[in-house]
Amino acid sequence: MKPPERHEPDPVPRDPTSAIAGAASPAWTDVRGWGRLGMRAIETAPQDLIVGSRHAVLTRGLGRSYGDASLPPASRPEVMSTRAADRILAFDPSTGVLRAEAGLSLRSVNAVFMRRGWFPPVTPGTQYVTLGGMVAADVHGKNHHVDGGFGEHVSRVLLRTGDGHVVECSRQSNPSLFAATLGGMGLTGHILEVEFALRPIPSPWIQHETLRIPDLGAFLEQLSASAAHWPFTVGWIDCLKRGAAMGRGVLIRGRFADASRAPRSSPPEISRLRVPFDAPNVVMRDGVMRTLNAVYYATRGLRPAAGIEHPEKFFYPLDALLDWNRLYGRRGFTQYQCVVPRAAGPDGVERMLRVLTDRGGSSFLCVIKDCGAEGLGTLSFPMPGISIAADLPVRPQTQALVDALNETLIALGGRVYLAKDSFTRAEHFRAMEPRLPRFLAERARWDRERRIRSALSVRLMGDPP
Amino acid sequence: MNVLILGATRGMGRALARKYAARGAALALLGRDAEDLQRTAADLVARGASAAVQVACDLEKTETILPALHTGSTALGRVDVIVLTAGIYASQESLEASPDLTEKLLRVNLIATIRFCEAAREVLAVQGGGTLCVFSSVAGDRGRKPVAIYGASKAALSHYLESIGYRDHERGIKVVCVKPGFVHTDMTAGLKPPPFAGDPDAVADVVIRAIDRGTPVVYAPRIWGLMMALIKRLPRAFMRRAKF
Repeated sequence: MKPPERHEPDPVPRDPTSAIAGAASPAWTDVRGWGRLGMRAIETAPQDLIVGSRHAVLTRGLGRSYGDASLPPASRPEVMSTRAADRILAFDPSTGVLRAEAGLSLRSVNAVFMRRGWFPPVTPGTQYVTLGGMVAADVHGKNHHVDGGFGEHVSRVLLRTGDGHVVECSRQSNPSLFAATLGGMGLTGHILEVEFALRPIPSPWIQHETLRIPDLGAFLEQLSASAAHWPFTVGWIDCLKRGAAMGRGVLIRGRFADASRAPRSSPPEISRLRVPFDAPNVVMRDGVMRTLNAVYYATRGLRPAAGIEHPEKFFYPLDALLDWNRLYGRRGFTQYQCVVPRAAGPDGVERMLRVLTDRGGSSFLCVIKDCGAEGLGTLSFPMPGISIAADLPVRPQTQALVDALNETLIALGGRVYLAKDSFTRAEHFRAMEPRLPRFLAERARWDRERRIRSALSVRLMGDPP
Repeated sequence: MNVLILGATRGMGRALARKYAARGAALALLGRDAEDLQRTAADLVARGASAAVQVACDLEKTETILPALHTGSTALGRVDVIVLTAGIYASQESLEASPDLTEKLLRVNLIATIRFCEAAREVLAVQGGGTLCVFSSVAGDRGRKPVAIYGASKAALSHYLESIGYRDHERGIKVVCVKPGFVHTDMTAGLKPPPFAGDPDAVADVVIRAIDRGTPVVYAPRIWGLMMALIKRLPRAFMRRAKF
């Protein structure tokens, strides 16, 4: 049963102090994914999402999905940003349950609650994401092997569906809509509010260990062994290395430090640098990345192999350099992130890496991680197996590279992460997603005309352009 | 610390209220939309405010101002800071096209704001002092084509704030006039930002420091102080041709 729409409040007078220029009507602006793929569009940022979502085509948060998931379709270049709707609506300190508007950033959650002894049960590799985006992508983190994706910890979501209704969904209420929304890339409705449970932590500091590992086989063994004892594990691999050293890398594992071992002070504010301009395209050449990989691998051995670390350095190392995506220049980059099912074994992972190296898929950032059980989300990315993520500068041959990777992945039974994708073809997506018909059927229940759509859904799901 | 704010539900007022909440302040939130106030109060309490009472107040209905100030100040006991960020912005074109809108903007930005400030001065004077912080705008610093009417309302407000700063000095009341430049808020979404556009959080940092120090005039982001110093010195012949 669909509840009636809430009463629309009176329009609030606009705060006058923000504008100096005389421009008054919304103007066209550049809207981009994190990989720098972009378009001209009209962006609104209402504080009241219930009102602002009435005629919206697509919602976006902080623009951290890499590809076209947060870009509107070309024929309706309009997008609603949730960044002004970022209020905490309720917090229960006895349970950790937090309810907030969808635009609340993970950075704000951490800033408010970490010093009080609470932390999100799942966090991705950046804190510049919104709760709405975390639900839409059903983000996963370094603890997926034990805690699953973010969606496993979400108890309720308030949506405006494509047919105009404001609907609360949960495991009990509209459960199939709830499942389709977790990892549904914002296509089941505009996400207005999110409720999930924070988790108590013994201290905000991280006890960590770093291991240098010489080859892929040993790496996967260590990753698996570490998962039994460490809640947070992740690995960086040198995916430009071939032969015996293929897959050499650095494994990082950690847990929240006991209060007795942690510093008594709160983690200090980290100073951040910002990339001030678009780097020339030559910066991310193969030779440069090969050098960066070698230096990173070599210098890892110079750092202490274990100790206490600042939580932001552990969870969000890339956040220390704001706008780091500009290093990839105007052409930008894509991230190819896939999960190779456990049944495919180490050979499956090696096959994927071989395609990457043989076809010149140079990458500095290549992250490997084991995934646990599949979650509730109808289209959620993780499945039991090994996730590989490689940042790839956009070049003329990138489409062919992604095609080759996807063909191998389909043969292995794996799938790609939509929050990172911008090159997968519709036929490849259908081949790797037997769950797609179920997702589309649920979406059609609430939005027969596909009013809510994105450039991604046009590309992969046959939505009207 | 006890702080009374009109305009805490949006943009820079919201960011400033959050700074005070993080300090554990008790807040009185004045505004006209009860649900918006309630959601904002919940947010501020979750962020550390020791209290967040909600009081109905609408600058377009000046009769609500005095009761709201009394209710808010009574609930807090003593008020250390009174902040007013609310107001109206409209483009020069829309104001020229609508005399009613022009009148409404002048009524809210000037008459109602001054009435609020007059009442706030008395609240602070009765308790022996405090700080009154009001958001004006850089638009009031120099006559410019796109902000003739809006800028006039802010020029008059800045003038008034400077004057009461002098008048109330002996009564222990500090008056802080905030002049924001372009700031990324919900109302500026989609507008092409000029150079040096700021964000509400950074503006709130500047403002809260100014309130702590009792700085009479503060530009936020600070670079706008330099920008306006330059713009004020531009010759009239240049301003006739300039589009900004």
